[in-house]
This record gives sequence, structure tokens and C-alpha cells, in this order.
Amino acid sequence: MSARGPRIHDAAPLHVTGAARYIDDIPVPGDCLHLAFGLSHEARGVITRADLSKVRAAPGVIDVITAAHLPFDNDVSPAAHDEPLLAKGEVFYHGQPIFLVIATSHLAARKAARLGDITIEPRPAILTIDDALAAGSRFEAGPVIWTDGDTDAALAAAPRIIEGQFEMGGQEHFYLESQAALALPQENDDMLVHSSTQHPTEIQHKVAEALGVPMHAVRVETRRMGGGFGGKESQGNALAVSCAVAARHTGRPCKMRYDRDDDMVITGKRHDFRIAYRAGVAPDGRLLGVDVTQYARCGWAQDLSLPVADRAMLHADNAYDIPAMRIESHRLKTHTASATAYRGFGGPQGMLGIERLMDHVAHALNLDPTSVRRRNFYAPAGSATPGVTHYGQPVEDFVLDNMVAALEASAAYAARRKAVDDWNAQNDVLKKGLALSPVKFGISFTLTHLNQAGALVHVYQDGSIHLNHGGTEMGQGLFQKVAQVAASVFGVPLETVKITATDTAKVPNTSATAASSGTDLNGMAVKAACDTIKGRIVAFLAESRGVDTAKITFEDGNVQVGDDTLSFAEAAQAAYTNRISLSATGFYKTPKVAWDRLKGRGRPFFYFAYGVSMTEVVIDTLTGENRILRADIVHDAGSSLNPALDIGQVEGGYVQGAGWLTTEELIWDDAGRLRTHAPSTYKIPACSDRPDIFNVALWDAPNPEDTIFRSKAVGEPPFMLGISAFLALSDAVAACGAGYPDLDAPATPERILTAVTRLRQT
Amino acid sequence: MDITFLLNGENVTLRDVDPTRTTLDWLREERGLRGSKEGCNEGDCGACTVMVTDAGGTSALNACILFLPQLHGKTLTTVEGLSGPDGALHPVQEALVTHHGSQCGFCTPGIAVSLAAGQLNGDTAHDDVLAGNLCRCTGYAPIIRAADAAAGAPVPDWLSTLRAGESPAASAEVGPALPDSSDALAHALMERPHATLVAGATDVGLWVTKGLRDLRDVIFLGGATDLQQIEVSDSDIRIGAGVTIAQLLPVMADHHPSFAEMLRRFASTQVRGAATLGGNIANGSPIGDSPPALIALGATLHLRRGDVRRDIRLQDFFIDYGKQDRVAGEFVEAISIPRQSDHLKVYKLSKRFDQDISAVLGAFNIVVEDGIVQSARIAFGGMAGIPKRATHVEQALTGQPWTQASVDAVGPAFAQDFTPMSDMRASAEYRLEAARNMLTRALAEDQGTPVSVLEVTP
Repeated sequence: MSARGPRIHDAAPLHVTGAARYIDDIPVPGDCLHLAFGLSHEARGVITRADLSKVRAAPGVIDVITAAHLPFDNDVSPAAHDEPLLAKGEVFYHGQPIFLVIATSHLAARKAARLGDITIEPRPAILTIDDALAAGSRFEAGPVIWTDGDTDAALAAAPRIIEGQFEMGGQEHFYLESQAALALPQENDDMLVHSSTQHPTEIQHKVAEALGVPMHAVRVETRRMGGGFGGKESQGNALAVSCAVAARHTGRPCKMRYDRDDDMVITGKRHDFRIAYRAGVAPDGRLLGVDVTQYARCGWAQDLSLPVADRAMLHADNAYDIPAMRIESHRLKTHTASATAYRGFGGPQGMLGIERLMDHVAHALNLDPTSVRRRNFYAPAGSATPGVTHYGQPVEDFVLDNMVAALEASAAYAARRKAVDDWNAQNDVLKKGLALSPVKFGISFTLTHLNQAGALVHVYQDGSIHLNHGGTEMGQGLFQKVAQVAASVFGVPLETVKITATDTAKVPNTSATAASSGTDLNGMAVKAACDTIKGRIVAFLAESRGVDTAKITFEDGNVQVGDDTLSFAEAAQAAYTNRISLSATGFYKTPKVAWDRLKGRGRPFFYFAYGVSMTEVVIDTLTGENRILRADIVHDAGSSLNPALDIGQVEGGYVQGAGWLTTEELIWDDAGRLRTHAPSTYKIPACSDRPDIFNVALWDAPNPEDTIFRSKAVGEPPFMLGISAFLALSDAVAACGAGYPDLDAPATPERILTAVTRLRQT
Repeated sequence: MDITFLLNGENVTLRDVDPTRTTLDWLREERGLRGSKEGCNEGDCGACTVMVTDAGGTSALNACILFLPQLHGKTLTTVEGLSGPDGALHPVQEALVTHHGSQCGFCTPGIAVSLAAGQLNGDTAHDDVLAGNLCRCTGYAPIIRAADAAAGAPVPDWLSTLRAGESPAASAEVGPALPDSSDALAHALMERPHATLVAGATDVGLWVTKGLRDLRDVIFLGGATDLQQIEVSDSDIRIGAGVTIAQLLPVMADHHPSFAEMLRRFASTQVRGAATLGGNIANGSPIGDSPPALIALGATLHLRRGDVRRDIRLQDFFIDYGKQDRVAGEFVEAISIPRQSDHLKVYKLSKRFDQDISAVLGAFNIVVEDGIVQSARIAFGGMAGIPKRATHVEQALTGQPWTQASVDAVGPAFAQDFTPMSDMRASAEYRLEAARNMLTRALAEDQGTPVSVLEVTP
């Protein structure tokens, strides 16, 4: 088969019938135990007394574990070793796990976990960005500062300065399947862990540390997640380690899944940011110099905050060639849940900063925002003098000019701009807004060594193929896209390829399925493995049949050997009986990337993925209620391996991105308690929130870089297409008065009404 | 308590059931039917959606807050029962596959069941059918494409009995925890005046799944079918306390369409199919959506204790936060709305349009003749510890010309009526300003100005 095609998700028939297994659906032995955490009721303090007698006495409780009972490493952090599984005498956020209940049922464990009598002597809690700045509470010694060109001089010479500051909220992942793990103790102190994780190797690593065994004693398997979005990159560690420790302790299988409220309270979210900007602009809207300060609220532990904040800095330019740029990044430590990876990984925050600035510039100069954006674009691909980013990477694949032009035409930008203005002239209560925003997103892990992947492929003697690689399936369709690669190499129907669960015993030392890298990395690794096996079969057939290797081809389930045709199964059988190895590993590492994160210089990205969206909204100026009426998108997936799955990523990414900036609001109270810890209070987009008209097209052009069949990564980039929804809301507010709307995100009805009121009063 | 129901075509009898065992836990943990998923355990995400059929028809319900006794005498169909006996996919399942309607797949069983229930009921308002099913992956677009594609397909043979509303014969042995009439309920409640009454369990369910409360003394109202009647006479519309929001909606559409439009956004299909009007009132919430509208309509509450009945104005039922005019052993039997020409405007304000608790709910029953406000009954939810009338606003408005100047002039009266609180849904300032602006909206609507973002097309 061809590698390309709009194939259905491999598990779709299982999804729709309820037969797809998630962690909590795996049949377990009858003696399986269930776990729950007892949580801190203070944001910051010292534990002075912990009476767990009522917990122990509760029905169904087998045992209770505290930090003192952990035999080996008490740490579930991804790297910094600063995140104990169970609190060690002090608590650092409201909801921090203090003790672990082992009980005979999930409900019994949850009930008992609330019976802890724990006295915590409160200490002053640092909760907000302002708190942290005042206290100097931060990760790393001071702000990270990157400079490119002489920004001060550029600003001093600029005819006009535009400056502002705004806040953007964090975001709860709200994967539909909450975090879950299951550990099955094996003989000889080995442990088998099923985990809903994007990073099985890290689970393996943390479980091994916690059990005091080498990594070879721990096997982690992940068939699928019920959504991840970055929230299962590091946040599953606590559950998997708990299960393993409890399983070792009791000798029985142990399962843990967070109740939704626990999940939302305990686990990290997208970092909320404050961004301040100061830009020197020419009369035509060209940026002459930009000075940006990014404040990231990282929570109590480091987790992945440093690379997240780096990526925000790396996307502070988005699509614009800015002659001089200075970026200051503050990574603030607060007594709140540790913020973590979330689709885009800081990129959305950095990008929203510059898009907000673009919008502000266009408003201040009374210019069309799209024209201002276009005027600042990097030089198009093929230019003799490509633009260079503020971190020193040439932008050689820039395609947004053509993509924007295509979208302006297909979505009738000019005509609809006029229609919106006409509507606003005629309507006092309801105002419309329209905005277009581009996306340029860098593809590769910025920690260069993570850009590697492995695969394991077996061809059995009946011609069936077993496929395994280090990537994990969280709904994005990775497994299907990679299976398409394997099937195309062997020229067999997709059904010939068996997709199997990610397994640390099959492919070791994997990177997280993150940074949109899944298909790029694992597709190439699988292709390498398949090519190896295919090469052996070709060599064997060429020699045994005296046919030139060039005349041996694999297609339509057959192997053509000169004038003879064998079925693929016959070829496999022949190879087997002639003692040809039909199993191979594959390996891939991304070329060209090199990055010095301390200096902020180099080539962190193999290539860029592009997209552009246009959104039309309507707001009610009496209540701030608002709705997305229409969204038009053109998105660059390179030569798409699977247009159906890729469009799914684009549609879903846009709606999730728009949700971040509209209805999804995280609220902490003055005591550091998250008040929005359930879907009753935290509102992700519902069905009717998607745009009434929703046109998504792929920009079908091969990736100039040599990626898997010239496709491009598509997991994260479309998320940032949702920025145009926020800008459209700002545009609608701008129709209410002369001032700049100065909207914070998320643009809830309340924030919109506040902005409308402010504009109408000035 | 012993109960009987049909599960995917199979008769099930359960002895001595724990009255607050949820259907979802039972399906997953005891029956090994793990297709229905737990996403939130509070009825807000729909991953656990199942179909329940009784004489009244088929409803999609949230299994996570559906107690087993609520199934007594009914037919339960789970995602495992959607496919045919030979494994043939239901048309909505087929369409979800073809149109790429699943990504991670965790919400998908619930979506399939909701769509199948919608298809069975001939309901093609997909946004409403799916308002209670959250999907985080797809952005819903492919799900709607699937829903459109499957809408015209015939209901599969194997589900045709659901359309007929067939249910197993309820076992004769109906205990005092499951009274079969309001008389039996009145009697049971005299015996156990402190029992927790459970109608749809869309609120009490959370006491159990989130509050982890052990409710031992429970009386289920679902068997008292005489509480589920709606009678429209020349003088009033009398709604039994056990009438679900789903059943109330079409009646209000005939008499007070703005009320009905609010009910369309009342929680979700799954919650409306279970939640009762009596429950929405009797739980005394300051943010229940029906009381402000009913108060604005001048509704009367019919209370009963044993054989003693009394009628009070609904507005008087709510005394203070958490305190209602209801004594132990007393229950809500019905609500009556006086027949009147329709002037009611109901505005529900929330962060999200569907399945969201109101920050402010305003109900305006303003009668204008010759440009002068003849009478005004205005009530709000979310503005005080109880659903409450805006008496100062009403007084200031009555007798005034129905103009923006009058609306502006009565603005300060809102602060006399209400001192709202700030919480995660909205600030006090926003609540007050939005409430004031709703009066402007009511005027603008009368003047023919477009005021609803939901009615704007691209």
C-alpha cells in the first residue's frame, strides 16, 4: 500500500464499541488492591502531627504508607529530584500528597484517604506572580535574558513606541481518562507496570529508583491513553511509583486512578504567564525592536518548567523578522501545583505575546492587522537572504505569505472585514470581530539528545508483521501513521501489520511522546527497521534466484522477483527456512539540530510547521457573552501521511486553543486552593462551542527537510491557531470605543464586559 | 432492597442492593461491562452515558450518578448493547468510525450512546443531544459529521423494543424505599421523616460520589408515577414534582418559550432526563435555574406531609441559604403556574452556554401597556443566598414608561435588592452589572433589537 491515505484510526472500531482498553479496563487478578492519596489542606506549612489511626481503621484498608515507609527514593520528578512522592515533613501546595492508602476497593481507598488527622503549621504561601516577584522566589538564579541586536538603540530611534502588559491563564489538560496506573509484582522482585503515560521510559526509571532495582527489573507497557496533551508526560509518575511500591509492599497487584477532582487538584497544568512588551515601530507597522518580559508561574517544583519557559522565549517572534529583540524570562516558584507540559509547551504563551503586540500596533496605527503582520513576516522560502531568528536559526522554509494569501481568498477576508464593520455600525448590543493569526512552530525537542527513537519489527514466517516503537498512542493516531509506514515499506495491506502496545522491554531508552515528534521520530525508526528486514529478504531472494536486486519489488502484498511473483507470506516463509533473520531494530536521530540553551543560540529546530487561521466572533456588550461564528484554517502538515488524522489534529487543536483563551478559567483562592477542580466549574469547550462554520484545509507541500515521507509534525502547532479567536474577541470589543481593548486571557464574559465598559467610558 | 431491570436484553434481579451503589460502578466492577467510562464521576462529562427506557420513552443518562434502584422496572442499554447480536455496528458507531469521530476514544462510548438515543428519539439537534458529552480531542467537528450521516439511518432491529418502551415487569415486592404513589411516599416519609429523598439523583448523586457520604436512609421517588403528571387547565399549569426537566421543556415551549429556551440550556440532555422540577426547587440551591423563572411567573408550591397539604408562594419557600419552608416529613408534591399571557424573558448567564451552572439567571415578567410598565415580577438566581425577587427594581419600574431612561433610572435599585458574592463563576461586581444590563436587554428585545449571540449567524 501507499504510505499515505486518510485511513481511520486503527482503534476506532474498538473506541465506538467500548472495547478499547484503558488502564482501568484491564482485567486484574482478584486480589488487586486500590490506592488513593491523602492530601495537604494547606498551601505551605510544616506537618507537626499526623494521626492516621482512623485511616488505618477504615473499612477495607490494608495499609497506609507515608514518606517514612518508602524504602528507597522518594521522588517522582522528571529530572530535578525536587518532587517527593509523599511529603517529607513540609507541604508546598494545597493538594500535595502526604500519605498513600492501600485498600480493597477504589471507593474504600478514597473514603479512607479523607480520614487523615494532619496538623499543618502554616507558613506564608507564595501564590501569585506578584508574590513570587516580591519574595524573589524563582527557579535558576535570576531571569534568563537573550538579546539579539541592539534593542535599546532600536527603541530609542523608533518613531513610535507601543507598550503594554497582559495576563494569560493556565489550562487544565482535562484528558477524559484521568491519570491511572497498575502494577503487577513479578517473581524475583521484578515489576510489570501498566501506565497511562506519554513517557514509559521515565515511568520505568522512576519505578526502578523507588524500588531500588535496576531498570531491567521494571517493564512498562502502555497501549493507549484516554488523552494526554502533555499532561501525561511527567504527571503519571506518582501513580506508577505508588502502585509499584504498594505492590512490592503487599505482594499484590495495585491499581491507582485519580478521581477527577483529585486529578485536577494534584496534577500540573499549563503555565499561566504575564507578558510585558515594549516595541519600537515604523509608521507602516514594521517592528524595529521589541523588548519582551515573560513571567511564568511554575508552581512548587521544577518539573519541565525550564524548557517550557525556553520554548516561550523561542516563540516570542512567531512569524516575524524582528531586527532587534531582547527577551527576559522569569521562572517563578509558587506554592501551587507544579505547572507542567501542555500541548505547545510554552510556545502558545510566547506566541500570544507577539500576536497581542501585533494587534496592539495595528490598532494604535489604525492599520489593517493582517497587513501589519504580513509586513513583518520572515522572508519567504527560497529567498537569497533568509531571515534569522533571535536565537540565530535561519528561517529557510517560510511559507506563510502564500498560506495567508490562500486563506484570505478562500475565507473572503476583505469582504468579511467590511461586513463585520457594517454590522458593527448598525448594531449597538451585539458586536462582531474578525481576526487572522499565523503560526510558525519549531519542531524538535530543545534538549537535543531527546531527538532519538527506536523501533522493533518482526516479520513472522506466515508473513504477518509485528510492529513496535517507542511512541505512545494518546488519540493522535500515531500508531496508525507509523503502521502505514511499515505497510508501505513491505508493500502489504495495513491489516498485515499488528500494532502493539509501547513496551520498555521491546524498545528501550525512549523519549516522551511529546514536542509533536511522535511520527517524525518513530516513523523514521520504524522505516529503518523495516528497510533492514526488507534488505535481507531482497539479498536472499536475489542470491537464491539469481535476480538483480533492482528487479525485486514489494507491492500489493506480493514480492516481484524478476518475472516471478511470490506472496509476501511466501517470501517470508522462504526467508525463514533459509535462516534469514526476520527481526530488526531501527533507530533514528534527528539531524542538523544543535542548541546551547544557556546562550540561547543555535539551531534548536529541524524545521518549522506553519498554519494560519481566521476567526469571526460575536459578543454581547451587555453581558460579555460571546460565540465563535466561523473559523477558516489552512495548516501545513507537509506531505501528510494521513490527511484525515491530521485534519483531526487541526480541528481539535484549534478548539482546545480557543478554549484556553475563552471559557477555560482556573481560579485559586487566597489560601492557594484551586476552586475550579471539576468540570462543573472548569469549562472546556462543549459541542456547541465549536465554530458554526469550520473550514479546515491542509497546505499540501512536501517538507523541504528529509522527514518521514516529507510529512510534518502536527500535534502541537494547530493549538495556536486558536489565538485568532482571542484576537477576534478583542476586535469585537474594539468596536465599542476608541481605546485598545487590553483584554486579558481567558476572555470570559466577565473580562469582555469589563473591557467593553472601560472602552465605552473613555 | 430488591430490584429488577433489563440489561442489554437480559433480565437482572439484584437482592439487597446498596441503595447508593452507582450504575457505573456496578457495570464496571461487578458485571465486567467496562465500555462505559468514568470521566468525572459527577455527571458533567458524559463518558458514562447509558440509555434507560421506560414507559415514558428512552433517555440518555449519566450512569455515574444513577443509583441502581432508579433502574427498577426499566431497561438499561449500555454501549455493549448498541451493537447487534452478530457484532454489527449501530449506524452511529459506523458513522463515528467512518468520519473519524474518535481520537483517544475515551469519551466515544458515551458519545455513541447519546447519539444512538438521539437517533432513537428522532432528535437531530445534535448540539443539544451532545451538550453533556465532553470531548477533548476532536473539536467535535467530525462527531457532528458522523451524527449528520447517521441521522437518517433506521433504528436497528435489535433496539426496536426500546422504541416501544418495553420494560420488564417490576417485581411485585416494592418496598418502602421505592413508593409507587404519592400516598405511599407520604406514608413512608411519616415513618422516616429524615430520609433523603432521591428523584433524579443529579444532585444527591454527588453527595455520594464526591462527598463520599453514606446515605443509609433513602427513599426513591421514581416509582410514584402520579407525581410525574402535567395538567394544563384554564387557570393554571400544574406540574408534578417528579416531572423531569426534559418533560417540562415541551410544555413550556407552548406557554413560555423563553423559559423553554433556558431549559434547553439547563445542564445537559443526560441531566434533564433525570433531574426533576421538584428536585430543582426542593434542594434549595441559590443557583437552581428553574426557581427564578417560576417565581417571576408567580408559581405556587404544593407541599404535603402525611395527609396534610398546604400551598405557599414559591418565593416564600426559600427562606435563607440552605433553609427552606419545609418541615421534616414534608415533600413537594407539585408546582402550579397561573395561566397568563406570555411576557416572560429568561436570561441564563454562564461561562459556557451548555452544561454550565449560571453565574446569574434573570427572569423578567414585565407587562407593558401603552408604553407604561403595568406590572413587573423580576427574579434572579446567583445574586443572593436564595432565588430572590428584585422588589425594589420592580417597584421603581412599575408605572414608568418602558424606555431606556427608566431602565437607567432604576439601575441603583439593583444594589438595594442584591449584594451578590464573588466566586469562581463571577465577581460580585460583574453579577450586579450583568443583572442590571439584563433589564436593558429585556427592553431592547421588546424594541426588536438583536440581543442574543445565539441567534447570530456568520
